[in-house]
Amino acid sequence: MISAGIDIGSRYIKYVLAEDGNIIATEKKETGHDPLGTCHSIIAHSARKRPERIVATGYGRYLLEVHGDIHTITEIKAVAKGAREVFSSCRTIIDIGGQDTKVIALDGKGIVSGFEMNDRCAAGTGRFLEIMARTLGFSIDEFGRSCSVHKDVTKAIKINSMCTVFAESEVVGLIAKGVPRDEIAAAIHESIASRVISLVKRIRINGGVVFAGGCAMNHCLAKCLSERLQKPLQISDRPDMLAALGAAIYAAS
Amino acid sequence: MSKDYTQMWGSIGLNLKAHEGLLSVLGDAYKGIYLSQKNRPGGMDYFDFVISEVHGLRIEEIVEAKESGKKVVGTFCVYVPEELVLAVNGVCIGLCAGAEVGSDEAERYVPRNTCALIKAFLGFKLAGLCPYVELTDLIVGETTCDGKKKAYEIFDEITRKVYVMELPSMKGEDGRKMWRNEIRRFADKLEALTGNKITLEKLRESSKLVNAKRKALQRLSALRAADPAPISGLDALLINQVSFYDDPVRFTAKTNELCDELEARVKSGTGVAPKGGPRVLISGSPMAIPNWKLHAIIEGSGATVVGEESCVGERNFRTLLDEGFSSVEQAFDNISTRSLTVDCACFTPNSERLDNIKEMVTRLNAGGVIHYALQFCTPYMMEAYKAKKISDTMGVPFLRIETDYSMEDMGQLKTRVGAFLEMLQARARA
Repeated sequence: MISAGIDIGSRYIKYVLAEDGNIIATEKKETGHDPLGTCHSIIAHSARKRPERIVATGYGRYLLEVHGDIHTITEIKAVAKGAREVFSSCRTIIDIGGQDTKVIALDGKGIVSGFEMNDRCAAGTGRFLEIMARTLGFSIDEFGRSCSVHKDVTKAIKINSMCTVFAESEVVGLIAKGVPRDEIAAAIHESIASRVISLVKRIRINGGVVFAGGCAMNHCLAKCLSERLQKPLQISDRPDMLAALGAAIYAAS
Repeated sequence: MSKDYTQMWGSIGLNLKAHEGLLSVLGDAYKGIYLSQKNRPGGMDYFDFVISEVHGLRIEEIVEAKESGKKVVGTFCVYVPEELVLAVNGVCIGLCAGAEVGSDEAERYVPRNTCALIKAFLGFKLAGLCPYVELTDLIVGETTCDGKKKAYEIFDEITRKVYVMELPSMKGEDGRKMWRNEIRRFADKLEALTGNKITLEKLRESSKLVNAKRKALQRLSALRAADPAPISGLDALLINQVSFYDDPVRFTAKTNELCDELEARVKSGTGVAPKGGPRVLISGSPMAIPNWKLHAIIEGSGATVVGEESCVGERNFRTLLDEGFSSVEQAFDNISTRSLTVDCACFTPNSERLDNIKEMVTRLNAGGVIHYALQFCTPYMMEAYKAKKISDTMGVPFLRIETDYSMEDMGQLKTRVGAFLEMLQARARA
């Protein structure tokens, strides 16, 4: 059977088409101002194969439920399914997307047993990273590779503010002082990692930790988190696709 | 609304244009959230009517009561004893504080990071949108949280009507003595305001009346234990909200009528959701009218809210007043003792609240607890930690929510609540 999962995130729409559990196509497009139109065009054209069953997830899932009569699950359940599909023994997931950071605990069978999410602002999320990258004149890809901590660690700078707006002015202040942008970038990643770790601490870590969501493609952030957790992180080839994959698997079941 | 009240609103001093806007937003919200519910009990018609006349008929009644010489006392807290207000023939009204209204006005006086409830009571007044506050002769504050305490100073500057009761922070012997004195002081204040003497007979009458209201609300709470629940959490929340400003005698009669209907529903197994569906207890900060946000999200996601461990909920009616007093002084003793059974997070320690969460989860057969704290409501935000611990020991899933009255975090809240309900359903299947 051909099934599909569509994850309508705040920044990107991700789509996974699967046949009998094997991925046959993936798509990723900016959510933009017309997510419903984008969804319909992806579903209609991807690999030229119409799925028999679709499940929607992500921030915009209700759009498809209302306008497309499509079943929905939350991105928490979806990413749990996707992560278990790729890493079968995973018990903890850190998922950093465009506007949410989630830490999810799974029981031995892969069922969600608890989760924590960042409070209402964009601090500590992908959107925050995007804004900071732009302030420093990096592309997103460069940003995740360009961290360097001052050789004398005691002189390493810190970003204290966790509000996107305040942090930006803090960064502007550091730029004005002539601090190299690689050092500022390192501090930004550290500050996000510390925020995420405070969510992780509310959940008991058990077994392997999967890092999911678009931000898992940021090497610098992955390194900071792994150091703070003192554990290697499991990152799939397409961490941004895990929720869509989970939805596709759920659709097939 | 049954007729045009514009002239009345104008004479009260409301901002007519803004008020018209508020009523239209409120009407739309009510239609979307309440009237779209399925399988509602017929007895909700009365409460729908009350809401449709929230700034109409009820205000007219209060204006008439004032014309007949009665005084109107506005309150914000369940610690303020309604029995005393009724004993001087006063009208007791819980004031408007449940919508994001006039926050820019309020922020001229208080910091941006002030809890939504405080901002709202300032905002309603400053924007000229609450007819109740305009009709009050006395506004009673209380030293519960720091935010309210300081806001009452400002509110007094604006209204010149604020009287503050000093609530202790601990329930030891000194605290009890102090609160007993405060009850006496409040009684004196009310006598001076109205010129009516608080007599034993009057107190017996008012105690009976307020206890009857509490009993009706207790009955409603007990009926929600049935599976399927005979009434939605939204409707039950509304009834609790209305209890703060409706005429108490009529309210009690109508709530009891509704409960008769709910009893019949329970007997026949009729409910608002399928039997065996997810059931949630809400615990935390008060939800003043028209704050229906969290209930709407939870019930819109397919669960039923079966109880509110809240001031707008169980904390308001859990304990009855001991009516076995034979003097005014004894009545004051009993009133003071009763209010100190209320388990607000402004007290330290507050272990009774944890016992009560446990009791409600068990009695109402809740599968999960959603802890609701208004953002910047420090006492409840802090107690979330202990509430989670007690839920953990019971093996009941727990979700912590911090939010305000705005709609900007709706998407995020839907995801959190949705994932929480998925968790409850997965547990039920296992």
